[in-house]
Amino acid sequence: MKAIRSMVLVSSDAQSIANGAKEVYQALQREIAAFGLENEISLTMVGDVGRHDASPLVIIYPEATIYGPVKQEDVHYIVEEHLYKGRIAASMQAPVRELSGKIAWLSARKGTLPAEQRIVLERAGVIDPYSIDDYIIHDGYQALAKALTDMTPDQIFDILEASGLRGRGGAGFPTGTKWRFVNRAKNDKKYVVCNADESEPGTFKDRLILEGDPHSIIEAMAIAAYAVGADEGYFYIRGEYVLAQERVRKAIEQAKEMGFLGKNIFGTDFNLELHVHAGAGAYICGEETALIESIEGKRGEPRPRPPYPTTNGLWGKPTLVNNVETMANVAPILRNGADWYRSFGPKNSPGTKVYTILGNLNVTGLIEVPMGITLREVIAIYGKGMKNDKTFKLAQTGGSSGSIVPAILQDTPMDFDSFSNAGVALGSGALLICDEDTCVVDLAKTLLNFFRKESCGKCNPCRIGNQRAFEILTNISEGTGTLNDLTDLMNLSDNLYQLSNCGLGQTAGAPIRDILNHYRAEVEAHIRLKVCPTGICPMSGKKI
Amino acid sequence: MTIETKDSKVVLEAVQSAVTRYGASQDELIPILNDVNREIGYLPGEALDELSRLLKVPKSQLFSVASFYRMLSTKPRGKHVLQFCESAPCHVAGGREVWLAVKEVLKIEENETTPDGKWTLITTSCLGVCGVGPVMMIDDDVIGNVDPAQVPDILAKYQ
Repeated sequence: MKAIRSMVLVSSDAQSIANGAKEVYQALQREIAAFGLENEISLTMVGDVGRHDASPLVIIYPEATIYGPVKQEDVHYIVEEHLYKGRIAASMQAPVRELSGKIAWLSARKGTLPAEQRIVLERAGVIDPYSIDDYIIHDGYQALAKALTDMTPDQIFDILEASGLRGRGGAGFPTGTKWRFVNRAKNDKKYVVCNADESEPGTFKDRLILEGDPHSIIEAMAIAAYAVGADEGYFYIRGEYVLAQERVRKAIEQAKEMGFLGKNIFGTDFNLELHVHAGAGAYICGEETALIESIEGKRGEPRPRPPYPTTNGLWGKPTLVNNVETMANVAPILRNGADWYRSFGPKNSPGTKVYTILGNLNVTGLIEVPMGITLREVIAIYGKGMKNDKTFKLAQTGGSSGSIVPAILQDTPMDFDSFSNAGVALGSGALLICDEDTCVVDLAKTLLNFFRKESCGKCNPCRIGNQRAFEILTNISEGTGTLNDLTDLMNLSDNLYQLSNCGLGQTAGAPIRDILNHYRAEVEAHIRLKVCPTGICPMSGKKI
Repeated sequence: MTIETKDSKVVLEAVQSAVTRYGASQDELIPILNDVNREIGYLPGEALDELSRLLKVPKSQLFSVASFYRMLSTKPRGKHVLQFCESAPCHVAGGREVWLAVKEVLKIEENETTPDGKWTLITTSCLGVCGVGPVMMIDDDVIGNVDPAQVPDILAKYQ
């Protein structure tokens, strides 16, 4: 047997690839062979490790040294110094991400990047996603063993409820309670479904979890299935996520071979079969009932609710649907206990949250931090400030169905309750940070364009309302809007909220409401003065 | 338009192999359609006829599913398909200018195919690689951090 003494990982997110990660990987292969180390060193391409400021990264374990940005010509020196002579090549190390001191409860731990608290992304970028052994060494499948041999379903619900875990798909429903509902539904056949149809613009956290640590979700699915009494489950992964589909399929095979899936798992009478179902490009399929329709081979049109999937889901059977990030929290909570989980974040929304930070920042990417940090901290610490020293104007949270958060709210803690008290929504974890050059009319028009195209068309308020709102905003951006249009927009926004069948239509009016609440003067300038204050809108005088 | 349509033998073979792979059941309809679309480039009427026969599902129902999802197309497309992300994160990061540059080079509008059948231009919602916006996807290649000035060079790589 080969004894591996060092593990070398190369980041392979889109930006790393663009900056030459593949060439670096090939150079590492050559250099490791040239020094005759190929039997002692393992070399792996991993997914996104969240450090877009220094990609591509080369990470060497067990020392957890991070080198970056690494160029092809640096590889010889790194291999010679670190792997052959055993000294850290300090000049090549990635710059350390500094702590501001403002958020003292963020702990820096060995093996993770400073200033983050990683629970769901703990192993992403650290282990080889194709290796079930790597996962097992990092406490993998312990929680499943504990659940199956030591715990009753009710004990599992109790610990999840005590931990305060709330659904990370956007709605924030208590996870333990949802599981209990499915458990209480009487039926001889039940299903568990993992919602990985991550289509919310600006969100890619679930992709990174599935690509970087697929077994963690399989383990959580198995725990969920045992707890609610299901023996079959589906991963619904969006069609564009080809790599995530491949890695989950592979992981399911490995788990089956090891006996973590299949018949009589851990010698109990619990059986579970998991399938991967790929989507075909439809935002609406992230809505749980539309997702269920899609698995059944139909158009992804949401069903009326109630009845809820907890009693009438896939093929009419009780079905548990959870988001990937929610699932990723389950095994750590079972292993470490509810009190441990509650030690992160505020009292009413414990735990961590994965955010994707985007827009006019110096550094964009992905962070996992305790719930309750503020936008100001995100921009200053993780985003390293606004690009070109511009002024922060607004943040658009949670993809398209989130809120437009004005700069005045940048010190509001980002947790479910504080945000909802401030009249805004946290959404799915995308933070699109916009500077002073962003026009609110143009932004709202872009968002409504998204909704009018992604509306499934089943119910009229959504199909017609979004189209009409887009047309009115287009007229305003062309300088042909009227003040009456603003009244119409507010009515459309209210109608969308009150009359639409599902969450897509109900939240589609939010950008309109938000810009009229916070930026009415800027919108009126387009109408009264025929001027776009930021100079973005075409103002050509055309009218639809 | 000189878009070539596939001859029926190729279409039927693609349908049969997808049905064999997943099984003749409506639950597997979306994976089957995905594979056929990938193989042929779109879903010709013939493919839906054959699927209707094999799955015992009315063609109208198959068409309703095939026309619903963004990754499936019931019309022929050009040799290369350029999907341009028009969601807010890419838009704010400079997507607006890139979109104008793409239209300038290809000289077509959204949902159109160039007269030589080489390019089809479509817009898409988020592709899930928002960290490197603006993003576009040409066939299976995701291209991030696109600068308007690079557009002619990027497109020139596709023959």
